[in-house]
Amino acid sequence: MATSSVSKGCFVFKPNFKKRKISVPIEDYFNKGKNASEDSKLRFETYQLIWQQMKSETERLQEELNKNLFDSLVEFLQTSHSGLWKNSKDWSCEIKLREIPTAALVLGVNVTDHDLTLRSLTEVLQNNVTPYVVSLQAKDCPDMKHFLQKLVSQLMDCKVDVQSKEKESVQVIQKNVHYSMDSLSAWYMSVTQKTDPKMPRKKRTSSSQWQSPPVVLILKDMESFTTKVLQDFIIISSQHLHEFPLILIFGIATSPVVIHRLLPHAVSSLLCIELFQSLSCKEHLTTVLDKLLLTTQFPFKLSEKVLQILTNIFLYHDFSIQNFIKGLQLSLLEHFYSQPLSVLCCNLPEAKRRIRFLSANQCENIRRLPSFRRYVEKQSSEKQVALLTSDKFLKEETQSLLENLHVYHKNYFLVLRCLHQFTSSLPKYPLGRQIRELYCMCLEKNIWDSEEYASVLQLLRLLAKDELMAMLQNCFKLFQSSSGKELGNTAKKIEEFLAQFQSLDAETKEEEDTSQSQSKGLQKTDLYHLQKSLLEMKELRSTSKRQTKFEVLREQVVSFVDSLVREYLLPPDTQPLHETLYFSSAHTLRQHLNAAPRIALHTALNNPYYYLKNEALRSEEGCIPNVAPDICIAYKLHLECSRLINLVDWSEAFATVVTAAEKMDANSVTSEERNEIIHLQCSVY
Amino acid sequence: MAKLASELAKTPRKSVSLNMKNDPKITIDIPQCSKGHSSSDKSQLKNNDKSEFLSTAPRGLRKRLIVPRSHSDSESEYSASNSEDDEGVAQEYEEDTNEDILSQKIQAQNREVSAPVFRETPSKKMKREKTSHLVEKYFEAHSSSKVLTSDRTLQKLKRAKLDQQTLHNLLSKVSPSFSAELKQLNQQHEQLFHKWMLQLHLGFNIVLYGLGSKRDLLERFRTTMLQDCIHIVINGFFPGISVKSVLNSVTEVLDHVGTFRSVLDQLEWITNKFKEDSSLELFLLIHNLDSQMLRGDKSQQIIGQLSSLRNIYLIASIDHLNAPLMWDHAKQSLYNWLWYETTTYSHYTEETSYENSLLVKQSGSLPLSSLIHVLRSLTPNARGIFRLLIKYQLDNQDNPSYTGLCFQDFYQQCREAFLVNSDLTLRAQLTEFRDHKLIRTKKGTDGVEYLLIPVDNGILTDFLENEEEEL
Repeated sequence: MATSSVSKGCFVFKPNFKKRKISVPIEDYFNKGKNASEDSKLRFETYQLIWQQMKSETERLQEELNKNLFDSLVEFLQTSHSGLWKNSKDWSCEIKLREIPTAALVLGVNVTDHDLTLRSLTEVLQNNVTPYVVSLQAKDCPDMKHFLQKLVSQLMDCKVDVQSKEKESVQVIQKNVHYSMDSLSAWYMSVTQKTDPKMPRKKRTSSSQWQSPPVVLILKDMESFTTKVLQDFIIISSQHLHEFPLILIFGIATSPVVIHRLLPHAVSSLLCIELFQSLSCKEHLTTVLDKLLLTTQFPFKLSEKVLQILTNIFLYHDFSIQNFIKGLQLSLLEHFYSQPLSVLCCNLPEAKRRIRFLSANQCENIRRLPSFRRYVEKQSSEKQVALLTSDKFLKEETQSLLENLHVYHKNYFLVLRCLHQFTSSLPKYPLGRQIRELYCMCLEKNIWDSEEYASVLQLLRLLAKDELMAMLQNCFKLFQSSSGKELGNTAKKIEEFLAQFQSLDAETKEEEDTSQSQSKGLQKTDLYHLQKSLLEMKELRSTSKRQTKFEVLREQVVSFVDSLVREYLLPPDTQPLHETLYFSSAHTLRQHLNAAPRIALHTALNNPYYYLKNEALRSEEGCIPNVAPDICIAYKLHLECSRLINLVDWSEAFATVVTAAEKMDANSVTSEERNEIIHLQCSVY
Repeated sequence: MAKLASELAKTPRKSVSLNMKNDPKITIDIPQCSKGHSSSDKSQLKNNDKSEFLSTAPRGLRKRLIVPRSHSDSESEYSASNSEDDEGVAQEYEEDTNEDILSQKIQAQNREVSAPVFRETPSKKMKREKTSHLVEKYFEAHSSSKVLTSDRTLQKLKRAKLDQQTLHNLLSKVSPSFSAELKQLNQQHEQLFHKWMLQLHLGFNIVLYGLGSKRDLLERFRTTMLQDCIHIVINGFFPGISVKSVLNSVTEVLDHVGTFRSVLDQLEWITNKFKEDSSLELFLLIHNLDSQMLRGDKSQQIIGQLSSLRNIYLIASIDHLNAPLMWDHAKQSLYNWLWYETTTYSHYTEETSYENSLLVKQSGSLPLSSLIHVLRSLTPNARGIFRLLIKYQLDNQDNPSYTGLCFQDFYQQCREAFLVNSDLTLRAQLTEFRDHKLIRTKKGTDGVEYLLIPVDNGILTDFLENEEEEL
């Protein structure tokens, strides 16, 4: 082979230049994989379009979510050094002079997302506060020397892209200079003085309010820095603070206590720490889900199992939004790759247009969809024939079905949110606290058949008036905000309910008045009358307990909600053509995202029949078919031993098993030797 | 005894059962017997191999013995071996003697062996019966610090060692089983090639796992899909591989002349280059990303950073059971893996070609032949001197504190054997040996010179045997 050699391990293959230029467009890979795939080009384009939209949407969300944090950070940075330059002889300023302003940024455990957050933070800071933003990672700074080296070189780079290339020569010289805080502050002085005269620069307008912009140093992963380096750096730089205005930003994954654990009091007293908390990743996930999946904006949907897997990976493995979005991307890709009808997974007008151009093959595909078949079976016999024979009729029907599907989604999400309003604050959260849990349940089956739903209704029947009214208010807002015609009635109905509740308020007051007057009338009577009237009152009370107006109304509201749920929250697999929009192959997703190499290896060794469909390999639990691949036999034999294994015994046992089948003694030598080779690989495991 | 064993073992058992321990007592007895026979049979076989079937009598015997042997339980072999420790040596010795004594011995031994086995097994049996008690099994395996294995060694297995070439020839003769199924399996994997290309282009990287060498698969991927692209193949299993060489080959692609001060500098340069030129595309194929040389944290970090570049596409294979532990969350997000299970069942021939096997005659042939060659060119006296030293060393081979033969003693011995007549002649002879690196001198703590032959004892024994044959 061209790639094996005893003298080198890397092989470079570089086709000549002309050949290289003919690069294959990516779409080709999309369709070649499946020979008879339809509209692959269109599908790929749709994939790219939707993915781009989703991606930009998530980025926008990210920005939005971080906005608050960044704003407060920027404000902090802007104020922190203002005191320095006032030259006031205030005592507190004196103190402040020796303290490095520090922002402790608690980012949460989802380390993988930090990079993105900090990158956008750097951008924001560079635009708003200072051009001198440096971010360091612990792995670059094992000791003080490297720390300073990195700091200086990054600072120089900052400067270079602000200034022209003329400085390059200076930079080269400086690179050889011994790195120290002194040289750094000297450099800082020279830069600020130099830049001052040429003030007009676009980016610096905001930062020009200071004579000298501060230097912001971001320590990305504060926990992993060596304490010594941190301490030394803080002590040294606090000495230079008056000539080198430094601001620190600590990125913290765990909790702010870690600062005090890493730094002794003597050092941490040199810092003027302010705490900033970023949004928790769970909230982040909720927003992303809300904006990407629980919306009609994107036609693409996930089935219950897929969603479950993605959220499980998120909750139990990494808390990483990035990974979640990666999973989303993969499922999107898989959907468009594997489902030929995914070509209809786009916005409604476009999909309708595409239906008109569907090929005969695609029509067959539609007819083969299980959900469509179920739909056909329900139709009258003439219609069935027409659907199965005429492509034209089929296309028309598909158009209307698709339209129904879109309407269904629109209503679905509205009602889902409405139901979430009702369930999210119930005690013990029978249907989950987060909307994603509710969504999963609704996707899975008819929610009203579940026990949890019944208990929800029970709990709703016990709600107090003000709670119920608050929920109704929220729902009303929800329905109002969406301009859906189909659910226009519901909005009106909710409004009515609200009005009734309010009128109830007035009525109850009146009732109270009357009952009070009644009780006054009771005062001067004899014993018999008293007993009688008391009995009457008791009766009255017990009947009224069953039937106060409020209770009637509450019952009405509950049954109203119930009817809404039953009408609109049908699980998607009841809808014809849902396969075009829903990605349901949870298995592939799990295989590619959350693989288990250990299990795969064990299965391959323990149960070769799983991979090699040969009847000879089929066996009961715990037995080795002696025809199995050698490595499987060797593995099984080794499983029987404890920690250590005697090689001789092992290979003899192996020979025993193998020869039981082969009955060839001459070959046992070979098998044994082969076993040896295999063993070496095993020991690598 | 053999009869008994064969009778007992006649119960047809095509596939060897694992849960033998659950069976009643009698089944434990069988393996005990057959165990004894299998080892005796082994020795017989060994003799046969060695003596080229000098006698015909053992052949018949072997036929008789082969029956129980083929049915012998593998598990009991180990449980027996625990208790066998003390007798193992004796048995090995006895095996060479004639057959009658052997069977007697075995009978005696069986009585001896079975006793300790039964002392142990009740507790073991109970545990094994509940197969679900994996936890207990784990602690059982890790409870005693002393791990019991039998003390049989490869050295004692007197099969002639094959050299690499013969082994290779032998192996090539063995036809692979299930070739149809394997082919089907491979075809399944090959159908994924287009998908891989697609996913690589969309920013994912691909990692292959599963049993069997994935080298051929990746090689086919390379030849079918990557002919017109720039690509680098990296053999992670190559013992001399390093991140530096990986980076060097990347810079080689980019036509860089000159050197870098550090790996990080190089990485930065590459990153910039790829970010500048978006038309540049590079495929990295790494066989065994989890190999000894690449599994370090730093290497993985650097490769991860490479792979996170938009126009570098990485497709790698891993084999180690715990390979995913190399990557923490940060690295995983750098790699952006998509996992593909590609179980191939193919042999790790290329990957293990850099490893040595204990059963293959390796370096052994070289020192031995050089020994013979050097010694042949010497005078008989010199040969005698050397033989003296060998013998002395072999006599002392079990002495762990043996540091070598004291020069004065050696001189005395040589004189007694009329090999040298003076101190000086001996020294002259020794210089000859030392030049050929056949002996090593060491100053002891008392300032006396000690002589040592830095060659494996087994080879020395072979050498002596060789010499005697010639004589």
